[in-house]
Amino acid sequence: MYTTSRRGRAWHALLARRGIRVLLTVLALAPLCGRAEDLPQFSNPGTLADRGHFVQRDGAALYRAICQGCHMPDARGARGAGMYPALAANPKLASAAYPALTVLQGRRGMPAFAENLSDEQVAEVVNYVRSHFDNRFTDSVTPDDVARLRASSAAASR
Amino acid sequence: MSENRSGTPISRRELLSRIGQSAGAAMLYQSMSALGFAAESTYAGPINLSGAPRGASVLVLGAGMAGLVAAYELRRAGYKVTVLEYNQRAGGRSWTLRGGDEYTELGGYRQRCEFDQGHYFNPGPWRIPYHHRAMLDYAKRFNVPLESFTQVNYNAYVHSRNAFGGKPQRFRQMHADFHGHVAELLGKAVNRGQLDAEVNAEDREKLLEALRTFGFLDKEYRYRKSEFAGEGRGYDRDPGGGLDSRPVNSEPLPLGDLVQSRVWQAFRPSYVYDLQPSLFQPVGGMDRIAMAIYRDVAPLVQFGAKVVRIGQDERGVEVAYVDARRGGPPRTNRADWCVCTIPLSILSQIELTVSEPMAAAIQAVPYETSIKIGLQFKRRFWEEDERIYGGISYTDLPIGMIGYPMSGQNAPGKGVLLGAYAWGTNSYELTALEPEQRVRAAVEFGARIHPQYPAEFENGISVAWHRVPFVNGCFARWSDNAREKHYEDLCQIDGRIVLAGEHASRLRAWQEGAVLSALDAIGRLHQRAIAMRAEQV
Repeated sequence: MYTTSRRGRAWHALLARRGIRVLLTVLALAPLCGRAEDLPQFSNPGTLADRGHFVQRDGAALYRAICQGCHMPDARGARGAGMYPALAANPKLASAAYPALTVLQGRRGMPAFAENLSDEQVAEVVNYVRSHFDNRFTDSVTPDDVARLRASSAAASR
Repeated sequence: MSENRSGTPISRRELLSRIGQSAGAAMLYQSMSALGFAAESTYAGPINLSGAPRGASVLVLGAGMAGLVAAYELRRAGYKVTVLEYNQRAGGRSWTLRGGDEYTELGGYRQRCEFDQGHYFNPGPWRIPYHHRAMLDYAKRFNVPLESFTQVNYNAYVHSRNAFGGKPQRFRQMHADFHGHVAELLGKAVNRGQLDAEVNAEDREKLLEALRTFGFLDKEYRYRKSEFAGEGRGYDRDPGGGLDSRPVNSEPLPLGDLVQSRVWQAFRPSYVYDLQPSLFQPVGGMDRIAMAIYRDVAPLVQFGAKVVRIGQDERGVEVAYVDARRGGPPRTNRADWCVCTIPLSILSQIELTVSEPMAAAIQAVPYETSIKIGLQFKRRFWEEDERIYGGISYTDLPIGMIGYPMSGQNAPGKGVLLGAYAWGTNSYELTALEPEQRVRAAVEFGARIHPQYPAEFENGISVAWHRVPFVNGCFARWSDNAREKHYEDLCQIDGRIVLAGEHASRLRAWQEGAVLSALDAIGRLHQRAIAMRAEQV
């Protein structure tokens, strides 16, 4: 189980103690582009018609922007009425094509990301997951590999 | 008018009445659709199931709108009904958060709603279009008061980071200017004879007249700063009373900026069929309709039941479930029939005895991302300072929109806004944040539209649908391909099991879809139950 971050709690506590003045200070210190110190980068908005493209480039940033929403920050997944599988220490990641295809075309309830991510981004995030969270696969997938998978999966797209 | 064989015209009403007498309500309904009446919904009034086989039992899985309607109507028909629900409450996605409510999302992140009494936030559905007749009928039958939901507010904002210096513009001005410029362009083309092939001389004058009215154009068919244009876009100073009462006319925004900024995308929700006025909301929160039905079937509903296996044979269904909070060994429940309203995102993970085509359909549908954030403020500055009463401001910031409360307007005191309703990339990104960060992001981005935000903000709560433990997503994102290939298989009665919910409808994400699907499912199930009992006798 997770608890909320220390930073988040501190922010809340500060707000509660010293009220709005603190928030004003935080906002004043935030860069003009609108990103406060620990708010991440945001992509251009997607809509139901045009799902948009993610701006994050490296695997870690992509993981934090997308994957951890369901698979959680430590990649251990989650369990409710159903579950999200753990990506941590997951032997199913042995073949890089499996996670790459899953990212491209989705799987069961998981949406496809082929429209939102470039071949480079898919390769980045797959390589990141396969070399972190107690996964120690040494081979990596290239954008060209992803492009081939994308072409082969396009015909069977959902 | 239609004509009968003798050539005497008969009225549509008369024709319909004859069809009604000879063929019954269903045929009447189909004919009404064909003749252009009643096309708005397939709801044909309260379902009337009578003559349930003696002792027949139905297990309903899920106590959201689909499950509640199924349970209520089947019990009325004489079935012995049991409902298993994962949550500790009824309603499912038809859900309202109020002060004191606690919500723990997947991953264990806990939030407590700190709103003052009387304030609320609907994380799921929040509006009912006038043509969602089943929802309106259940609200009426269960005495749930409704109030108007304002979809379009001409005084709300349209905001784009890259247009007009990032300054939000009033919907009214954007709308009038866009239409004014387009009318002017079209007027020019007509006057230059460029559309003579398409528009004959007779229609030409009428079209030009229409363009002037529609676009607030002057006599030369120009869209210019004028008192007439002010009738659409408003004024820098409104006309007043007494001596110094002349209005100050306002300058239209240039067409190039309007087109480049893509702010016209924000017009779409003002005219699509799903969102055309009138729309409604239950007074006090969307969950009021589900709760009213729940009260009627409460003794049948068992909360905290996590379904782990759904089996069937020729004699009935057997469902295994565990305690959702404590786990432990599964218990089983048997019935003759099963109406399963579990979302496909969850059902696809449950061991299930159904035919291959239905199993494939259940696996085929991904679930959409979406997030909503509710924010409480010390005062209703959007009303007091900016004269925005209800409706929605649209932005291309990650929050997507700001929804203003549709009730309690012009009252002193606090207010709760929908501070974000995001889709696509931004929804994934906001979902991936911790709840405090999401609220903080909503405050920070919202402050670019309403600078009062930081000073007036009190507290907030977010629901990111992919983190919601009972659904793992917002709604079934059917692609055209998947719909073509799997939808009918999904909606079949499979032995003794039938599925229902918005995922088994063509009104995706709407409560109306869930209810219509449930009514259709139980209608067919009832017929099958009667037929099967007749065979046995």
